[in-house]
Amino acid sequence: MDALTIGDRTFGSRLIIGTGGFRNLETVRKAVKASGAEMATVAMRRVDPSARGSLLDVLTEVGCFVLPNTAGCFTARDAVTTARLAREALETDWVKLEVIGDDRTLLPDGSELLEAAETLVGEGFTVLPYTNDDPVLAQRLEDAGCAAVMPLGSPIGSGMGILNTYNLRLIVEQSHVPVILDAGIGTASDAALAMESGADGVLLASAISRAEDPAAMANAMRKAVEAGYEARRAGRIPRRLYAEASSPEEGVAELQSP
Amino acid sequence: MPAVCLNGEERTLPDGATVLDAVHASGAEGEARGVAVALDGEVLPRTEWTGTALGEGCHVEVLHAVQGGC
Repeated sequence: MDALTIGDRTFGSRLIIGTGGFRNLETVRKAVKASGAEMATVAMRRVDPSARGSLLDVLTEVGCFVLPNTAGCFTARDAVTTARLAREALETDWVKLEVIGDDRTLLPDGSELLEAAETLVGEGFTVLPYTNDDPVLAQRLEDAGCAAVMPLGSPIGSGMGILNTYNLRLIVEQSHVPVILDAGIGTASDAALAMESGADGVLLASAISRAEDPAAMANAMRKAVEAGYEARRAGRIPRRLYAEASSPEEGVAELQSP
Repeated sequence: MPAVCLNGEERTLPDGATVLDAVHASGAEGEARGVAVALDGEVLPRTEWTGTALGEGCHVEVLHAVQGGC
């Protein structure tokens, strides 16, 4: 599998892990290791004096680049401030930009997202926006200078997979920056489908963190992303309405009795 | 003694308390690696923590990285 380049960084893995939903840090460590991911998201929250262990230490130990997100932000202003806080805390100008517009579906607010992206790109951030599977918005985000576009497959944590492969294919076809399928993955075949559809990578968390055996699912996701990537490049056969025999039609024995 | 809002809780800190004192009061350990501060909604760079005194009623948010994403 070829490396994935986003902005000025190159990653050997095309699977990006969100660290949300894992029972504890040890589960994070085992799952991230099994996934082979080289980048993992974190959220910025109030310091909790009772928290034990350091997530950053765990991610450093397994060799993961830390990608802060702006999860929980509902306005461009809050998302921009959160990105600046993350830059201060983690000494990175990378951000997974999330601006949510609805608290039941957690779908992105397109206009706030675009406004925040423009501001952060202007401040020198490498912006990876979590976006709707809307080709027009994806194009606007690329035009604004985002380093990648990250359309959802279906709502965060829903496990419904990719609901609109047509839109995903349109986004893939038009984009000149990497396309990362972000959110909605439920199982390995969803991740493979994302890659077969032409995505450059997959970002997921719940499918692994809430699986019965997170490390085993992480391993499955690693294989699925690789398999989907290789299948895409291998060139699949076209879909046909009728069968096409794969055995020779000549030389078939005549077995009727005379 | 300034009464401030620290991570959503009303706290009274000693006279002359700085943002660094608030960071320690929040429970952040040691040198507070991986921690960032918002003072009244704006990011305050780490280099300014010791030189910034807390005023009465100011809002301090002390944040760090936690598990999150998707």
